[in-house]
Amino acid sequence: MTDLTKLTLKAAVDGLKARDFSSEEITRAFLANIEAANPRLNAYVVQTSDKALDMARAADARLAKGEGGPLEGAPLGIKDLFCTDGVQTTAGSNMLRGFVPPYESTVTANLWRDGAVMLGKLNMDEFAMGSSNETSAFGPVVNPWKSGASNADLTPGGSSGGSAAAVAGDLCLAATASDTGGSIRQPAAFTGTVGVKPTYGRASRFGMVAFASSLDQAGPITKTVEDAALMLRSMCSFDPKDSTSLDVETPDWTQSLGKSVKGLRIGIPKEYVVDGMPAEQMELWEKGQAWLREAGAEIVEISLPHTKYALPAYYIIAPAEASSNLARYDGMRFGHRAADAKSLTDLYETTRAEGFGKEVQRRLTIGAYVLSAGFYDAYYVRALKVRRRIAEDFDNVWGKVDAILTPSTPSAAFAIGDRQIDPVTMYLNDVFTVTANLAGLPGVSVPAGLDKGGLPLGLQVIGKALDEATVFQVASALEDAAGFVAKPEKWW
Amino acid sequence: MSDKLIQGRTGPWEIVMGLEIHAQVASKAKLFSGAAVGFGAGPNEQVSLVDAGFPGMLPTLNRFCVEQAVRSGLGLRAKINLKSQFDRKNYFYPDLPTGYQISQLYHPIVGEGVVEVEREDGTFFEVGIERLHLEQDAGKLIHDLSPTESYVDLNRAGTALMEIVSKPDLRTPEEAVAYVKKIRTILIYLGTCDGDMEKGNLRADVNVSVRRPGEPFGTRCEIKNVNSFRFIAQAINYEARRQIEILEDGGSIVQETRLFDPGKGETRSMRSKEEAHDYRYFPDPDLLPLELEQAWIDEIKASLPELPDEKRRRFMSQYGLSQYDAGVLISEQAKADYFEEAAKGRDAKLVANWVTNEVSARLAAAGKDFAENPLPAAHVAQLVELIENGTISSKIAKEVFDHVWNGEGSPAEVVEKHGLKQVTDAGAIEKAVDEIIAANPDKAAAVAEKPQAIGWFVGQVMKATGGKANPAAVNDILKAKLGL
Repeated sequence: MTDLTKLTLKAAVDGLKARDFSSEEITRAFLANIEAANPRLNAYVVQTSDKALDMARAADARLAKGEGGPLEGAPLGIKDLFCTDGVQTTAGSNMLRGFVPPYESTVTANLWRDGAVMLGKLNMDEFAMGSSNETSAFGPVVNPWKSGASNADLTPGGSSGGSAAAVAGDLCLAATASDTGGSIRQPAAFTGTVGVKPTYGRASRFGMVAFASSLDQAGPITKTVEDAALMLRSMCSFDPKDSTSLDVETPDWTQSLGKSVKGLRIGIPKEYVVDGMPAEQMELWEKGQAWLREAGAEIVEISLPHTKYALPAYYIIAPAEASSNLARYDGMRFGHRAADAKSLTDLYETTRAEGFGKEVQRRLTIGAYVLSAGFYDAYYVRALKVRRRIAEDFDNVWGKVDAILTPSTPSAAFAIGDRQIDPVTMYLNDVFTVTANLAGLPGVSVPAGLDKGGLPLGLQVIGKALDEATVFQVASALEDAAGFVAKPEKWW
Repeated sequence: MSDKLIQGRTGPWEIVMGLEIHAQVASKAKLFSGAAVGFGAGPNEQVSLVDAGFPGMLPTLNRFCVEQAVRSGLGLRAKINLKSQFDRKNYFYPDLPTGYQISQLYHPIVGEGVVEVEREDGTFFEVGIERLHLEQDAGKLIHDLSPTESYVDLNRAGTALMEIVSKPDLRTPEEAVAYVKKIRTILIYLGTCDGDMEKGNLRADVNVSVRRPGEPFGTRCEIKNVNSFRFIAQAINYEARRQIEILEDGGSIVQETRLFDPGKGETRSMRSKEEAHDYRYFPDPDLLPLELEQAWIDEIKASLPELPDEKRRRFMSQYGLSQYDAGVLISEQAKADYFEEAAKGRDAKLVANWVTNEVSARLAAAGKDFAENPLPAAHVAQLVELIENGTISSKIAKEVFDHVWNGEGSPAEVVEKHGLKQVTDAGAIEKAVDEIIAANPDKAAAVAEKPQAIGWFVGQVMKATGGKANPAAVNDILKAKLGL
């Protein structure tokens, strides 16, 4: 019998519907994989085996009656940022260790409504602050990929490192993830998977532990573009419980797949060439342009002049919002609380010093600083202006192009521990991805090739607001042309 | 005006005040969560996960609270901002679950307005409204349940407040009190706040500074959470005296936040400007800017009730009432309604007298207001009717009122039951007059010298007739019999 865990989400859903295998079978196969792999990969922080089997059997009962939703019986991994009713949700932080929410996030509720099965909660950078999964209180996730002959453990990227590693390592069919500055697309690029951040407002933020409210957006990490289109549709919905949720129809994006890109105009932003970018990444970008040109698209050089200010603006806005969003972790009502505090102030300080890791503390400090009296205008207000300029940069090119093609990341996956010395080097991981967050635009990372060490590299497609259809269309064309089929060699 | 000044050792001083009134929005649900609002629920029974700041919880704006704020703004004759925005005010305190209060610093929903306020002496003054904005209330800490622990009750957390900020237009404690009373009356008329100060549903922070007449504003101190009219006046008086003493001793005022201690009648320092929190305000990224349609505002405007100022003017022109009487009647909406009901077809001035005097006094003695008035307006109307048609005298009417108030029935029934009908029969009065003159010949003689002594005879006649004699008839007959 074929290894069910190697199926794509689409193939699995079709197989389940055809009753080729049961949800319980495929769920058990994934649980066995997780059992074997997790001690090495550390992708899951919570395994909900019993719940998974219950959900699988319920799905099988529906499938037996010819019923069931678009994801019926499909086992998924859930980033630990999504609150799951009755299942520990920590956002990768000691602050929330042991916290069991009595409510379900809208995104996961949508997935269960459509029949999906939860395998467990996936590791992540603490409160989604990180690009390597090394800030997790549960230890780093290890990338299933290795570089060349080196045996060094690599990071799967972050903050959705657990999601990316689990999908790449066949520990789930697909996974939920979230993206504030690149946290879906960068780990997808590092693991040879597909990651989509939809237009801001497509997916509800209700029940998703907040990092930076105006930037956070949920999306899937999957094995194929088709899987991403399928899963994103289930995740998105208009939600009155989230004031920033968009009251729009969620289209069937699988309709865009395989559609010819003939006549589409693809923008190549000249500002996305950065110093120190490996030649292979440059070559892959050029290859991507060639593929699309061959498929009939028109390649147009464009300028997004404020790109270089995006990263600094992002690292002001996101920490500012985080400093306020994370104020609720004060030891009063839930989560960690310092023992033997001598005063109220001591209780706050000790609770937060013990509960938050270094990177979170660094960003909260930056955030409090840029919002403080005397610095607010110089930093925060200015960053908002930059943000507007960046959005205008995109607005200015949409008349000329239908989508934009960029590298997903400046490099391939790096070794665990490699970039911990200097946070700014780490922050540079987001250089190609933050602009889409600042402008609220949809972006996808598609695996498109390997570097000389055999590590996957991704290309990013950015589209107009609410025009995921074109993004999927272009991503699908890239996927076809790249013919990316590499899988990490199993060592775990 | 010199009566606005207070005398120090070194000369006169003027107090300058601006007020921030916090009025709880009359609404069944909180500002950003569906949780119920109410008084008297058990601790933490009216708290949603949003109010308690659980991870992933998001605020959603209660449109009714927005409507109430707009209604209030219109009632204050203020500019309604079609675009406003919510900001986060960040600070740590156990009664603030999210670690920030959602408020409106940069773009409030209501801008400048003006309120006309009447002084005790009947003159009017205007107070500028700087702004009105919506914000969340915090929860409550309870320190007296345990010697070692404090408890948190989040029932109030997230309840909608309107903060109404005045311009520094107030000059005396009396003006400040009259202003708060006026705002309270307007909000109650509008139905946007119940004005219950005992429950803390309307409270004020007072900014006080002093200056020599004509000089620029002095440094101000903010007195927090003054919860009754009496305390507002006390706090201002104390604070102004404190500041004057410091200045006259050659010192200078330190800008700070002070707390009023009602027990001691003093204000004391809470925190100085240096210790003031840096609230790190910034626009709340969980909420979109609030955009309103002019048509919606026009709709609300069209549905506004008659407001106190309009009502006072109408009472004066329609009923011929004095400014004072009209002012007393409109000070409470239920009182004004009561008056209008009783005044239908009756002598309005007479009705106004009864409502503002007897009825008000009885209610005050019973600790009730007009909304809880047990006496039907129809009884007042009937009482006045009985006076108007001469069935009873005004004097007897007081006795009738006593019986009616005590629940003995309508005025007509009381008059019947107690035989209080006025005696207009000239024969009966004449008989009484004759008897009294006969019994007091010396006094009768004296009246010729001192005509005002007739009053004594009137009194005697009334006494003899049990007060029921028609006073006009008594006068006429006495004058004739005494040869005046």
